[in-house]
Amino acid sequence: METLEQIKGRIEAAISGVHLDILANESPSGQRSLIVDTAHAVRVGEFLRNDPQLRLDYASNVTGIDWPELVTKEKVKVKRTVEGVEKEFEEAVEKRRGGYLEAVYHLYSMERKEGPVIVRMRTENRTDKAHLPSLTPIWRSCEFQEREIYDLYGVVFDGHPDLRRILMWDGFQDYPMRRDYVEPDDYEYEPTAHDKVLEKARKHAAGGKP
Amino acid sequence: MDEGLRSELSKQGIFTTTLEDLYNWGRKNSVWPLQFGLACCAIEMIATSMARYDLARFGAEVFRPSPRQADLMIVAGTVTKKMAPQVVRLYNQMPEPKYVIAMGACAISGGPFKQGYNVLKGIDRYLPVDVHIPGCPPRPEALLHAFMTLQQKIQDQRLDGPLRPRHLDPEGASEFLVPKFGARDLEPPSNPKVWRPPAPARTE
Repeated sequence: METLEQIKGRIEAAISGVHLDILANESPSGQRSLIVDTAHAVRVGEFLRNDPQLRLDYASNVTGIDWPELVTKEKVKVKRTVEGVEKEFEEAVEKRRGGYLEAVYHLYSMERKEGPVIVRMRTENRTDKAHLPSLTPIWRSCEFQEREIYDLYGVVFDGHPDLRRILMWDGFQDYPMRRDYVEPDDYEYEPTAHDKVLEKARKHAAGGKP
Repeated sequence: MDEGLRSELSKQGIFTTTLEDLYNWGRKNSVWPLQFGLACCAIEMIATSMARYDLARFGAEVFRPSPRQADLMIVAGTVTKKMAPQVVRLYNQMPEPKYVIAMGACAISGGPFKQGYNVLKGIDRYLPVDVHIPGCPPRPEALLHAFMTLQQKIQDQRLDGPLRPRHLDPEGASEFLVPKFGARDLEPPSNPKVWRPPAPARTE
């Protein structure tokens, strides 16, 4: 199978204006993925499915990830002149990365018995612009899995034929798999409460307030 | 009738019984369960009804596909919050006298999903459960044992007096509250007439 760099190069040659990134993976699997911009995602999907050298005709898995807002502190060396002498100082700089939601598609080729190619899409933010283009028109197997992401993460898939909640009921308001989800305080006695359950028990004993 | 006299008479070939015993004997040997499974425990329930374990020995092989014809609800598996109203509604549709066996860790307590957001922490929050079986899933022998426990319970029921069962009490409830889907949880989260939360939790 072609390397991810080759695939990226061919997509960029075929679709003008597309923006692709390769996301490194430091883990032992080393399985890297392709971040596709949302404006061209449907065309990239069509390319991956129809290209005779790829023929990625099967989306085996679609999953969601929640990336909340992240504030990191980095130490930066700054040169300053104090009393006529140039000295190096270390300064802490705050870096703020906005939160976003992500959908990950694992694509395989049944015809060529190859894969996977992993494609990711990211929303602009986690609140009002949590939209992604639906890839269900390209791979029919995405239908229920995109519904599940909509249900549990709140990603709205534009172009999905039947976007409803699938696991929770229709009147449910929250998105349970988001990192900042607060579950209803329905804690009950647990004989050996520890770790997170102990935290829950303490919270419940205090009247449900953190 | 005196127990000694009864045993003496039976030695002489005379069988005596009471209406209550006869009525309960008939009932306990023809308990028809509702054909209804929720998760992996249902596979064990099916195994119990097949030839190897043979629930038919106890007169309970007739799994009814309609709640109108069933006497026993075996809650076999995880009851999610989304499924709970339907389970209670099925129970309400069964005619009295009716019984409930909560089978498996999920049905009695929520099991491994107890700390989750979408699983009911035991069907006894909405239904009056007669027999609880622990296990994940319980073996068919455990279900048979639960069934025999239920039979004993039916055998011991009185036809009148203050200890008479719910279905012989004109004021006894036959229908139970069906929970509604709320914005974040079921409403109400449990039926206070059936179940109350356990004593204040120990947090240390």
